[in-house]
Amino acid sequence: MKITLRAWRESPGSSVDSEGHFEEYEADQLNPNMSFLEMIDTVNEQLAENGVEPIAFDHDCREGICGTCSMVINGVPHGPERGVATCQVYMRGFKDGDVITIEPFRSQAFPLIKDLVVDRSAFDRIQQAGGYVSVNTGSAPDANALPIPKDMAEEAFDAAACIGCGACVASCKNGSAMLFTSAKVSHLALLPQGQAERDRRVLAMVNTMDAEGFGACSNQYECEAVCPKEISVQHIARMNRDYAMASLRDSLA
Amino acid sequence: MILDSKTPAGPLRDKWTNYKRDMKLVNPANKRKYKIIVVGSGLAGSSAAATLGELGYQVDCFCFHDSPRRAHSIAAQGGINAAKNYQNDGDSVYRLFYDTIKGGDFRSREANVHRLAEVSVNIIDQCAAQGVPFAREYGGVLSNRSFGGAQVSRTFYARGQTGQQLLLGAYSALNRQINNGQVTMYTHSEMLDLVLVNGEARGIIVRNLRTGKITRHAGHAVLLCTGGYGNTWNLSTYARGSNATAAWRAHKRGAFFANPCYTQIHPTCIPVSGDYQSKLTLMSESLRNDGRVWVPKKKEDCQKDPRDIPEEDRDYYLERKYPSFGNLAPRDISSRSAKEACDEGRGIGPTGLGVYLDFSDAINRLGKDKVKERYGNLFDIYHEITNEDAYEVPMRIYPAIHYTMGGLWVDYELQSNLPGLFALGEANFSDHGANRLGASALMQGLADGYFVIPYTIGNYLAQTGAGPLSTDDPGFEEAEENVNQTINKLMNIRGKRTVHSFHKELGKLMWDYVGMARDKSGLEKVLELIPALREEFWENVNIPGDAASFNQSIEKAGRVADFLELGELVARDALIREESCGGHFRTEHQTDEGEALRDDEAFSHVSAWEWNDKGAPILHEETLVYEEVKMTQRSYK
Amino acid sequence: MNKIVKLLTSTLGRKYIMGITGVGLVAFIMIHMLGNLQIFLGKDVLNHYAVLLKSSAELLWAFRLGLVAMIVLHIVSAISLAIDNRKARPVDYNSKATVQASYASRTMVWSGLIVVSFVVYHILHFTAKVTDPSYHDFKTDLDGKMVPDVYAMVISGFSNIWVSAFYIIAVGLLCIHLSHGVSSMFQSLGLRTQKNQGFLAILAMGLSWVIFLGMSAVPMAIVLKILPDA
Ligand SMILES: Cc1cc2nc3c(=O)[nH]c(=O)nc-3n(C[C@H](O)[C@H](O)[C@H](O)COP(=O)(O)OP(=O)(O)OC[C@H]3O[C@@H](n4cnc5c(N)ncnc54)[C@H](O)[C@@H]3O)c2cc1C
Ligand code: HEM
Ligand code: HEM
Ligand code: SF4
Ligand code: F3S
Ligand code: FES
Repeated sequence: MKITLRAWRESPGSSVDSEGHFEEYEADQLNPNMSFLEMIDTVNEQLAENGVEPIAFDHDCREGICGTCSMVINGVPHGPERGVATCQVYMRGFKDGDVITIEPFRSQAFPLIKDLVVDRSAFDRIQQAGGYVSVNTGSAPDANALPIPKDMAEEAFDAAACIGCGACVASCKNGSAMLFTSAKVSHLALLPQGQAERDRRVLAMVNTMDAEGFGACSNQYECEAVCPKEISVQHIARMNRDYAMASLRDSLA
Repeated sequence: MILDSKTPAGPLRDKWTNYKRDMKLVNPANKRKYKIIVVGSGLAGSSAAATLGELGYQVDCFCFHDSPRRAHSIAAQGGINAAKNYQNDGDSVYRLFYDTIKGGDFRSREANVHRLAEVSVNIIDQCAAQGVPFAREYGGVLSNRSFGGAQVSRTFYARGQTGQQLLLGAYSALNRQINNGQVTMYTHSEMLDLVLVNGEARGIIVRNLRTGKITRHAGHAVLLCTGGYGNTWNLSTYARGSNATAAWRAHKRGAFFANPCYTQIHPTCIPVSGDYQSKLTLMSESLRNDGRVWVPKKKEDCQKDPRDIPEEDRDYYLERKYPSFGNLAPRDISSRSAKEACDEGRGIGPTGLGVYLDFSDAINRLGKDKVKERYGNLFDIYHEITNEDAYEVPMRIYPAIHYTMGGLWVDYELQSNLPGLFALGEANFSDHGANRLGASALMQGLADGYFVIPYTIGNYLAQTGAGPLSTDDPGFEEAEENVNQTINKLMNIRGKRTVHSFHKELGKLMWDYVGMARDKSGLEKVLELIPALREEFWENVNIPGDAASFNQSIEKAGRVADFLELGELVARDALIREESCGGHFRTEHQTDEGEALRDDEAFSHVSAWEWNDKGAPILHEETLVYEEVKMTQRSYK
Repeated sequence: MNKIVKLLTSTLGRKYIMGITGVGLVAFIMIHMLGNLQIFLGKDVLNHYAVLLKSSAELLWAFRLGLVAMIVLHIVSAISLAIDNRKARPVDYNSKATVQASYASRTMVWSGLIVVSFVVYHILHFTAKVTDPSYHDFKTDLDGKMVPDVYAMVISGFSNIWVSAFYIIAVGLLCIHLSHGVSSMFQSLGLRTQKNQGFLAILAMGLSWVIFLGMSAVPMAIVLKILPDA
């Protein structure tokens, strides 16, 4: 098959032009079983052969688990299919002759590095603020000393499945990181291990999220729709609840 | 030179205890005076950096990823072993130790493996306390499964995401130390050289991948937790970014590289679909618990619809050759048998490089729903990639490079032959011998980071002392110069071929000649082809853009340049090891049943290679002494 | 104290304000609708009600203040959030697509603002009676007392087809606003769960329709001359 790729090119602070713009590339002799990133690989190989700088894009595991790949395909982060990351999109999902537009994740808190690559370190800082259980190595009791109901563990897992890709932020009209943050908060809030620091955690993480310049949530649920791990917005509700209770306890105490 | 493993005295089960009793300790008040450099934030790196931070050391942690949480450990699916014996099915520290030694085909160090088995139980406790959502029973206790042909259920797992969940646990511990100011994290920072000061590791040279800026970093010790070198083969189950640069540059500074030819090929991966292929996806081994592996008996059936091939024309070769283990035969054996079938021209699928993994029996026996419940997500992944429905048509699978047992040589303290340089996780060669058992790499990475290095590094630091650190030392000068030269040299070639085209060509050579089955003539041939390719690379590679900014081509170029050297060492090691063991199979050395045939007389030793600027690398040997177990011919019949 | 301020100025804090004031405003609308519908019970019933509302000046003004406070808080948080949200997403995508966000959810600010401007007009119209001062003279005899003839005022007000049309459109917009708002406020206050989210969606839709029909019934009835005029 054959498609036209409209790719965003921008390289701030480099010798070549840093003015953002779209470039069109023809990609032909494509195999429908090829992954979307392999399609970009082939385009990039042609560019490199002609000494042109390839389109910069983030990727690593290429099996939907590391959360590195990140681009907006035809207006939707991670592309048209639901519940997959960009690296799990396949060309068979497109039609011969399609024009496909790829853009970087757009958010104030995700500064653009180059072409389709953005800086998502704000997510790390949210995690560093409190996304952990304070337990030093060696101080843990026997793993079965603390039984956890299966359904509770499963629910916590659904939240823990977040791969930190940032598509939720990219999809949100408000550039809000609520889905990511709430997934991280919920994971530990749902487990007994997480109770001791439950209040501190949600306060610290939400305040850092605000400080990083992410927007607020207006309950539009786009994030849930593009999340490769289909994290549910009910975690946002849980975080709203937790933050309110934590703030009250905190200000009364 | 004869290598000293520094294995403690005493009976096997007491060695670790004795070591801890006798080792030197760093005074708690002095710990903050020590700066430790940790390269890597995978399971090994994150756990080490976090734990050392907790102990009070100042830690600088580096990774080339944009976040520590994205390390390749994230991809591990199956699970992690631990001798908890929660299932009461006869597991024990000794059994885990023995299985690992035997699985490694008697080519690993007894003392290390026993220590690994001992600490395995603490790992699960630690991870559970961090909030890692392991699979559980309705009673609330942890559940286990039997994995990779083990006779006991000792594998803990978290859906198909064990690696990710364990890494998120270690990452959270790391975040806590970053928040406490004990650890400084440097992301998208690639170590490009090791700095020695009077023969001891004292720092690294780093390139910021976003800005191209080169910086110096000094420390009292350097820990390499930088993963395996499987991408030397280009197509593998590794993440695209995984590379050997850190370990290889350290090797070129004098660190010995051990057993490079011990590489693991995973039998159940999705076959290559075309020339554009960028990576191979693993289908969890657990599939072999219910799937039956077969190829047609007759060549002419190979392109037929498998459902039209009658039972009597199918060859369930694993069940035929290994009646007792059948489809659960170890990875190396299953992989090789698949290759043999394809070499006989009985391979299936468009490329003829594939075998069937058939669930129709399981579906008839258990019902489709049960199979869906057990493997649903894997069937989905398979469908997503191949567009085929494995409930209807048998899966197509083929082996792929999956893990590298070889790595930097380390002693019992995980210290390389260079004082102050330590290697943890897949980056070292230590615990898996010639073949790694399923679910044992996560165990080793975390054992090294959480429970071994915190002790052994203290023993080293207590002796060297917290002398002042300076990046003005000539050692730093020279190393930074060396890094800049390499980069400029690469940038200025401006040849005709892309970096990737070289990687692909090297990968093909490695797969064809240094893959599942190796032989003398092939290895000798490839030992001429690789240097030739490397020569062309240095004359004809073309790297667009500039090195003073974000440039993915130069990143990859440096890594491929190292693969081109490492690949040659792998072939050389495979050539001199005139035996078959575990993941290393020399067709000249096999039993009549096609089993790996070891030569314990001549080869029960570790081959540790020393880099040599002048010419061929120099071989050193560490003899493997077996006090506890007696070597047997591995037989899975 | 400053902890409270911090809470209420945080993104989530302002969401709570949206939610809580939202609840109050919805409650007002419901009551107000029921009040209005009494018009169908006849002139005296409605006028009775109107008198009742104004029986105690203190209560009336307390109520008005509360109402104004809610609307102001609601608007202020809405607008300040909207401004922050724009800042958080400075560059828009070249190819736009929406996967599942409802139209109502994406236009809350606009539907809200228009509704408020309507309310302003509406108060000038019926409460302050500036649009048509003659309303002040609409008086009627109720159990021997002369009281404002709200019934007549409404009838005359809505006999102008354009006025009625404008009311109905405004109410429509309000209901679009609520079709998202009513379930949204539960989410903001952390009360929306996997279990009740389906119900909340139906509730929001149902309530919006009820309010739309209930509210527009009055102008409709008058335009269609179903109600006998004074
Ligand atoms: C698909 C797949 C499935 C697997 N499943 C299992 C399983 O079920 N059970 C099991 O036990 N094992 C499994 N393994 C093996 C296991 O995942 C790995 O061996 C293990 O995770 C390696 O961890 P590590 O910390 O040593 O290295 P990695 O996780 O690879 O981390 C390497 C780190 O080093 C950093 N780094 C590398 N080079 C540099 C440099 N030059 N400068 C700076 N930083 C650098 C990287 O950024 C990264 O942070 C699997 C492997 C694969 C590929
Ligand atoms: C009487 C008139 C109004 C009523 C009854 C009303 C009702 C509601 C309700 C119930 C919500 C849901 C609260 C939440 O989601 O937490 C809401 C949300 C909202 N309202 Fe109003 N509102 C009115 C006026 C306005 C006005 C004048 C504005 C002007 C800006 C406005 C803007 C918004 C916005 C932007 C939201 C979305 C808030 C969010 O979900 O985060 N509303 N409204
Ligand atoms: C279309 C149907 C409506 C009718 C017939 C109607 C009728 C009236 C009348 C007659 C009054 C004056 C009461 C009095 O002074 O005794 C009034 C006041 C008011 N109405 Fe409405 N109204 C309607 C819709 C609305 C809507 C949709 C809103 C809000 C979004 C609204 C908000 C108000 C407010 C805030 C007042 C002032 C209350 C006070 O006196 O403090 N009305 N309405
Ligand atoms: S919540 Fe979903 S979309 Fe957001 S970062 Fe996590 S995985 Fe990505
Ligand atoms: S899309 Fe944005 S508005 Fe909220 S529900 Fe998701 S964060
Ligand atoms: S590349 Fe890892 S998730 Fe897509």
